[in-house]
Amino acid sequence: MIKMQKQGPNRARISGGVAEALHHDSAVKHVTGGALYVDDIATPPGTLEVYIAMSARAHARVIRLNVDAVRAAPGVICVLTAADIPGGNDISPTPTEDDPLLADGLVQYVGQALFAVVAVTVQQARAAAKLARVDYEELPAIITVNQALAARSYLEAPYVMQRGDVEAAIAAAPRRLSGRMEIGGQEHFYLEGQAALAVPGEDDDMGIYCSSQHPSEIQHTVAHVLGVARHAVTVEVRRMGGGFGGKESQGNLPAAVAALAARIARRPVKCVYDRDDDFLLTGKRHDFRVDYNVGFDDHGMILGLDVMHAVRCGMSFDLSQPIADRAMLHADNCYYLPAARITSYRLKTHTQSNTAFRGFGGPQGMVAMERIIDEVAATLALDPLEVRRRNFYAHRDRPDEARAVTPFHMRVEDCIIDDIVAELSETAEYQRRRADIRAWNSSSAIIKRGIALTPVRFGISFTKTFLNQAGALIHIYSDGSIHLNHGGTEMGQGLNTKIAQVVAEAFQVDYARVKITATTTGKVPNTSATAASSGADLNGMAARNAAETIKGRLASFVAEREGVSANDVQFWPGCVAVGGRVFTFDEVIKDAHMARVSLSATGFYATPKVQWDREAARGRPFYYFAYGAAVSEVAIDTLTGENRILRTDILHDVGRSLNPAIDKGQIEGGFVQGAGWLTMEELVWDEKGRLLTHAPSTYKIPACSDRPGILNLALYDRGVNSEDTIYRSKAVGEPPLMLGISVFAALADAVASVADYQLLPQLDVPATPERILMAVMRIQTG
Amino acid sequence: MRDNISFLLNGRVEHVADVCPTTTLLQWLRRVKRLTGTKEGCAEGDCGACTVVVGRVKGEAIAFEAINACIAFLPMFDGTTVTTVEGVAQADGKLHPCQQSLVDNHASQCGFCTPGFTMSLYALYRNEATAPAVSAIEEALAGNLCRCTGYGPIVQAAQSMFGGRPQAADAERRQVEVDYLAAAKHGETLCITGEDRRMLVPRSEDELAALYLSRPDATIVAGATDVGLWVTKQDRLLNTSIYIGRVEELARVTRSQTDLGVVIRMGAGVTHSDAARALSGRPAALHELWRRFAGEQVRNIGTVGGNIANGSPIGDLSPALIALGAQVLLRRGDERRTVTLENFFIGYGKQDLRAGEFLTGIEIMLPADSADFSCHKVSKRMLDDISAVCGAFNIHIQESRVAQVRIGFGGMAAVPKRAFAVEAALLGQPWTRATVDAALVAFEDDFSPISDARASASYRMQVAKNLLVRTFVERTRTATPTQVTDCAASMSE
Repeated sequence: MIKMQKQGPNRARISGGVAEALHHDSAVKHVTGGALYVDDIATPPGTLEVYIAMSARAHARVIRLNVDAVRAAPGVICVLTAADIPGGNDISPTPTEDDPLLADGLVQYVGQALFAVVAVTVQQARAAAKLARVDYEELPAIITVNQALAARSYLEAPYVMQRGDVEAAIAAAPRRLSGRMEIGGQEHFYLEGQAALAVPGEDDDMGIYCSSQHPSEIQHTVAHVLGVARHAVTVEVRRMGGGFGGKESQGNLPAAVAALAARIARRPVKCVYDRDDDFLLTGKRHDFRVDYNVGFDDHGMILGLDVMHAVRCGMSFDLSQPIADRAMLHADNCYYLPAARITSYRLKTHTQSNTAFRGFGGPQGMVAMERIIDEVAATLALDPLEVRRRNFYAHRDRPDEARAVTPFHMRVEDCIIDDIVAELSETAEYQRRRADIRAWNSSSAIIKRGIALTPVRFGISFTKTFLNQAGALIHIYSDGSIHLNHGGTEMGQGLNTKIAQVVAEAFQVDYARVKITATTTGKVPNTSATAASSGADLNGMAARNAAETIKGRLASFVAEREGVSANDVQFWPGCVAVGGRVFTFDEVIKDAHMARVSLSATGFYATPKVQWDREAARGRPFYYFAYGAAVSEVAIDTLTGENRILRTDILHDVGRSLNPAIDKGQIEGGFVQGAGWLTMEELVWDEKGRLLTHAPSTYKIPACSDRPGILNLALYDRGVNSEDTIYRSKAVGEPPLMLGISVFAALADAVASVADYQLLPQLDVPATPERILMAVMRIQTG
Repeated sequence: MRDNISFLLNGRVEHVADVCPTTTLLQWLRRVKRLTGTKEGCAEGDCGACTVVVGRVKGEAIAFEAINACIAFLPMFDGTTVTTVEGVAQADGKLHPCQQSLVDNHASQCGFCTPGFTMSLYALYRNEATAPAVSAIEEALAGNLCRCTGYGPIVQAAQSMFGGRPQAADAERRQVEVDYLAAAKHGETLCITGEDRRMLVPRSEDELAALYLSRPDATIVAGATDVGLWVTKQDRLLNTSIYIGRVEELARVTRSQTDLGVVIRMGAGVTHSDAARALSGRPAALHELWRRFAGEQVRNIGTVGGNIANGSPIGDLSPALIALGAQVLLRRGDERRTVTLENFFIGYGKQDLRAGEFLTGIEIMLPADSADFSCHKVSKRMLDDISAVCGAFNIHIQESRVAQVRIGFGGMAAVPKRAFAVEAALLGQPWTRATVDAALVAFEDDFSPISDARASASYRMQVAKNLLVRTFVERTRTATPTQVTDCAASMSE
């Protein structure tokens, strides 16, 4: 028992440890304009700017590209074409080699990078680019999902996941239904567009400051394009003005163009996308067509499900394979499927190469499953919530081997969706309000209301198992201040705040002592993207491991000096206790430094338990699952299709929260982003493959008044991760997006009221006012 | 003529000469002043990341309003005060209540939109004594997009920032600004030249008429909420432009009683915000339409005249003005003439304007009974969106019959258009559902809309018809909810 001394801890707890609702570490800088983004960095004198000129055709051979007039234009320093690339002309994020940096004779979408103009200002570069002469020989273009399906335009062979005899199960089922759903894509609309600044150094060195979720991949891409070793390229990311998956691979192009320009011009070069160009150049959430055939019984129990995903990938792979895979891995959502087959077609089209977007395919898989449940319920005239509950996976405390296995042969061991749904339906008064709404609708001729409760189960881990690793680096300086670096990137999700809390907690020092620094490939190498909701899980563990390494050294040092065992050394708030004596943290650090103890350490973490045999479509791709549920009530106008979210109640499981304020922010923001995808965000291409909605004037993300009129949001207070994650927390980045499905289901419920709930109208995503009105008219006319 | 401009930036006087006159305020702030807190999110006035607060003399009053710096040209700020996000906190670094409230409510995540929200809240704080209703906050923030938070924490910040006033620092700052604006009321004409481009800023309507007659190729700039995009998005050069924002005659709203009713005359340079204020909520439907017109930042600088003169097929305000029988007042040199608004629009991008001729204003007749007039804007998003369809109905019923009718539509043709055939089907008929149903077919005579990214032709046609139905239901069955905004969530208890 250690005796407290006079100079001992005078408080029970550090300030800013784990579970405190600290505000975002940059909050004050956000509101004062002091937070620097790439375009805000003070550039060295002589820094140039580059504009990427784009293809005007969806699919064409470039017969002639004459940039003489561009070169001669005012302010232009040089013009870059594919021929100027010293290394590889490829910026693919995976080893598919199908994303050229600059088109070389063939263009495959309207907006593809064709050449780049380097000038004193980007305005000059853009004006000059218009002077190029480009002659195309047009080739047949495939734009839509249906065109690609008809042409069997596949990036790779169809991929199938199967468990059980699906045909037999469906054939034997007392009831069957089949349907189709079209699911639109989504533009990320991070407020800060893609941006990169390249600063050439000595030898082959290139420094890159960019807005990327994946600094290591930027490093690899730039090295590949410049034809240099990766050690020559250092990439730094302080923060992004939003990412949402859109800066996982899409940052490769601006960084590589800026680096190429910097190498050739021998000056720093900045590449910042204009908003419209960002829309045209970058990939989006994949649009899907989902066809389904389901067999079920009179109680709504699903017996067999056969689902086809047709996935519009665009002109190249990018991350489409893991995205389409994840859609399949979430085609079941929370529901046990006794027999299931999911077939996925990865379609090549002559459009932007679709990419990661919060949920990474999961939302598309899930929204179709929820739609299927709603159709089953409508067919049986049952409350959809009842059908949902009956089909849930077995609860973790009530193991039922028979109802715990997914279509990819993984046992679900942590299912708590029953508890969440039970609690939420009570607090949100789902049953009473559903009855009230039905009564109200019968007397309201024009405005109809709808309500729905939908659950979320989202798998946490990269499905490419090797990506589940992270590193961190901690220095403690001799004054006791702590410098923290880790491989994750800050895109607004509060990752740096959480990791600093973890480190403060580990050392038992105040959060203010921990300095969060920009992510850089020079400090933590070979990192994975900050993606798959994994940022805090992976980097938090790595940072804690680094802290534990240093703590171990400090404990040994103090123990030796005081003549006790290292096990007797304890880290108390702001101090270190040993053998009845207490030293301040600063004292210990100072003494350790004088005694030549290393105060710097790396930390590393690799997620345990995960393994995935993609070929067999079997294994445990996910370490654990995150759960949540939402009830939304909406109103629709049956004359115009206009609609509002009147109220939403959310109960979401984040395990033991590292920071409840940040977690709630992720949930609320994710929900609204998901609702936007499902309601108003509509991407429109014309038949020539030109994206017509390429600006906020035509592409509408939710505005302030589109949030629910009433929002009741709670963290599931019994939440604790079954697995040994960082302080038993759960990932929170992506799962809440899918809470937005409750809005879509409620809209369908409102439309169904028009025909007295006798049938569920066809409704595709996004449910725009136009789609809602057309659905209303279809069921009015029977 | 003066060839340089000056204004107060964050409390310090700035003098600017030799600047390209189509340099946007945002470009100048970021590139020349290195004030990088103000962000470019879209460069077209739709996202609000570039919001700054501008103080201007308006007649006898002084207004401090949020505007978008990304599409406003620098010379437009001569004689104004400009506050950016860097100028909001006190000199000692103490956060302003609007900033502190954003921090306390966890209202920023990635932070890129936050400077814009900060400035919109700052403007709200300066213009309101206590926390306004949530709907007013939503209106004030409709022009600011956030992709991270879902907005709830930002609205909470707006509601809670009003505690603990008044602030001495605010009063001091306001005095500095008011003093500057009072002193800056010099009346010289400006000619700003740079990079072979020229912007003229006349100070009277006569001067404007003479300038434009001698330079009919010049581009007239009012709020630049459309012309700004010609520069930022289309790389157009605007070799010569004339900014009309300092012509006082064009900024007036007058009201006169005639035998036929109240006539409102609005100068072409009156901003949407000022026009809405001048009409003080009457007729209510027009006010509601203004509430949904763009975002606050655009309403604060965009003008009624500009919205008409640019000849957009949607022209969000034009359908309402057509229904109100608006007359367009035109001037060329010393010649003046008047054209009925629906006749002013000749075809897509073509208006009844001769070389050197410009709008001086419009006149509308207020409906004798406010209830005669209704507007219905239908768009993908409720606030800050462009109409898919906008219908305006001015229908006077006498002895159960349609005695007078004027109907205007936007989004249904290449121009904002009057629905003559529908009007004919209604006029003189009994005001019944049967009459309305019979009139619906007349929409096919009046309109053949197109499909575009906002809506399909068939949706537009159906909605246009349904808006007449809605109008009828609203006027005959007033207890029936007819709009989703009428509807509240089913309550607990």
